Amino acid sequence: MAKHILEVEDLKGYYRGVFGVVRAIDGVSFSLDRGKIMGIAGESGGGKSTLAQLVSGSPPPLLHHEGGRILVDGIDIYSIDPEELRTEVKCKRMSYVPQASMESLNPVKRIRDFIFDVVGQRTGKRVVSKERKKEVLRMATDHIKTLGLDRPVLDRYPHELSGGMKQRVVIAISTLWNPKLLVIDEPTSALDVTSQKRMIKALLNLKQLGVIESILYISHDLTSLRQLCDVCMVMYGGKIAEIGNMDETINDPLHPYSRLLTAAIASYDSKGKRLQELKSIPGSPPDLRTPPTGCRFHPRCPHAMDICRTKEPPMFMFKEGERGASCWLLDSKEA
Amino acid sequence: MADDSKNVDKEIILSCDNLTKTYTSGLIRTKTVIGAKDASFDIKRGEIVALAGESGSGKSTIAKMILRLIEPTSGKICFNGKDIHSYRIREYYKWVQAIFQDPYSAFNPFYKVDHVINRAFGLREDRLEGSEKKELIESTFMSIGLNTDEVLGRYPHELSGGQMQRLLIGRSLLIGSQLLIADEPTSMIDASTRAGVLNLLLTLKEEKGLSVLFITHDIGQAQYVSERVLIMKEGEIVEQGSVHDVFTNPKHSYTQELLGAVPSLYEKWDDVA
Repeated sequence: MAKHILEVEDLKGYYRGVFGVVRAIDGVSFSLDRGKIMGIAGESGGGKSTLAQLVSGSPPPLLHHEGGRILVDGIDIYSIDPEELRTEVKCKRMSYVPQASMESLNPVKRIRDFIFDVVGQRTGKRVVSKERKKEVLRMATDHIKTLGLDRPVLDRYPHELSGGMKQRVVIAISTLWNPKLLVIDEPTSALDVTSQKRMIKALLNLKQLGVIESILYISHDLTSLRQLCDVCMVMYGGKIAEIGNMDETINDPLHPYSRLLTAAIASYDSKGKRLQELKSIPGSPPDLRTPPTGCRFHPRCPHAMDICRTKEPPMFMFKEGERGASCWLLDSKEA
Repeated sequence: MADDSKNVDKEIILSCDNLTKTYTSGLIRTKTVIGAKDASFDIKRGEIVALAGESGSGKSTIAKMILRLIEPTSGKICFNGKDIHSYRIREYYKWVQAIFQDPYSAFNPFYKVDHVINRAFGLREDRLEGSEKKELIESTFMSIGLNTDEVLGRYPHELSGGQMQRLLIGRSLLIGSQLLIADEPTSMIDASTRAGVLNLLLTLKEEKGLSVLFITHDIGQAQYVSERVLIMKEGEIVEQGSVHDVFTNPKHSYTQELLGAVPSLYEKWDDVA
């Protein structure tokens, strides 16, 4: 058994089209331990969703895997043939819930019929006989209960459910096979705070029950990442800015980008108003067709030095490899 | 907050009295949906009031009624002491302006952004021309932190969401409006630039005495930007008061539940995991 559930080595993923070549993921390496929840944070255009699409094994038409390896439970998903990828990885080890996936439920089918379809696809045998249907329904009912949904939900059509319920139904369907790794992209961004919390609780519950082992959770919302994740990865311009323990990343960010990002968030505090002024980050994310030389954050960084403009910073590691950031400021501090 | 005593004497710019809106559908078997129910509140001059609640709680219904986009079923809205429906519509929009969630939908993509700015001058009484107009645009843009060279002469898709939202705020300043209805103005802007828009609202409140009705579902932003807050649930305002009171010591059970669900950057939920 491989040590890590997910290993990414020097991954490169570019979009190619009439607009040119967009270096959306440019040399990303990290690994996710078994039983951990990793959150990916950053602004839009940072490469969070692109990374998830590459990890899912089926990137959209314009996105190309250009180099590097992705190992899911020890299997290099870009070196095996598509059928093996489907049966061995996608049907057994990993589930990918893309952005806005709650709209992917079939509007003219009841949830249970949709589940029969999915079960049919995965097992290669259509669910037709009464006994088989009963069996699948029983399994599905038990499963949706862990997500805080009730039996009647299965008899409904998607339009009869609220956004939060639809999202949980989608998660239920994608975790029917107890995947070891769940890759989930912005599940809460369209939801209200109360359904958001229910959703996060449901995910933690699934993990505690052992239905899923590890989660790769993508969200632009640092406050909800903070509640759920063990490890945090901050991305900027297609590269990793900082990676490490979630709480430490928020409380004591190493990279100037993560520091500015946390300082820009208006967070609710039950003890009363925080008096410090929020500051926005000047400028806008780089055009990844022509990424800046050196560190990709240097045009917006208040601490930019000469070396930042010319040479790309490597990942400096701290605390026995538990935290890391790619910034020249840390060069002298490395332990 | 500390200046509560000062707020008392401030004049009321907008007051809503038992505002109710019901939507009815169907001819024979009619179905009624309540958009807002008996909502009463005031906004004072130079005050930012946050209207917070979940989606479907009727926040936008209130905004639309104030903007005269829909008529209330019953109840009264007064602006500067007069019923809003007694104003001529052009005159009313001179005083009350709005910014919405998606700034790109407010601009015609075929025109340069100058078009929207120039049209704003149509609502002004003084017919400014040439250099005077240019000076006014420049000074207004300066006050909202926009560089005229960077913005004017460009098409909407060339600007960022934050710049567009500032531009719309600038536009309402050029018109000289006193009340700004901001319906989720930051929800489509990245977190890194969101702070700029929030700070701009705070500066305008301080310097120009602008009143803002800040509609949001983000409790963190409501806490940062506003002085008073209204919490809505299913069309009703269940709690209102100063930000400090409501957010540190919520009285209504719904407010408590809502605040309990808000993720914070600094504290972890204790009832999860």
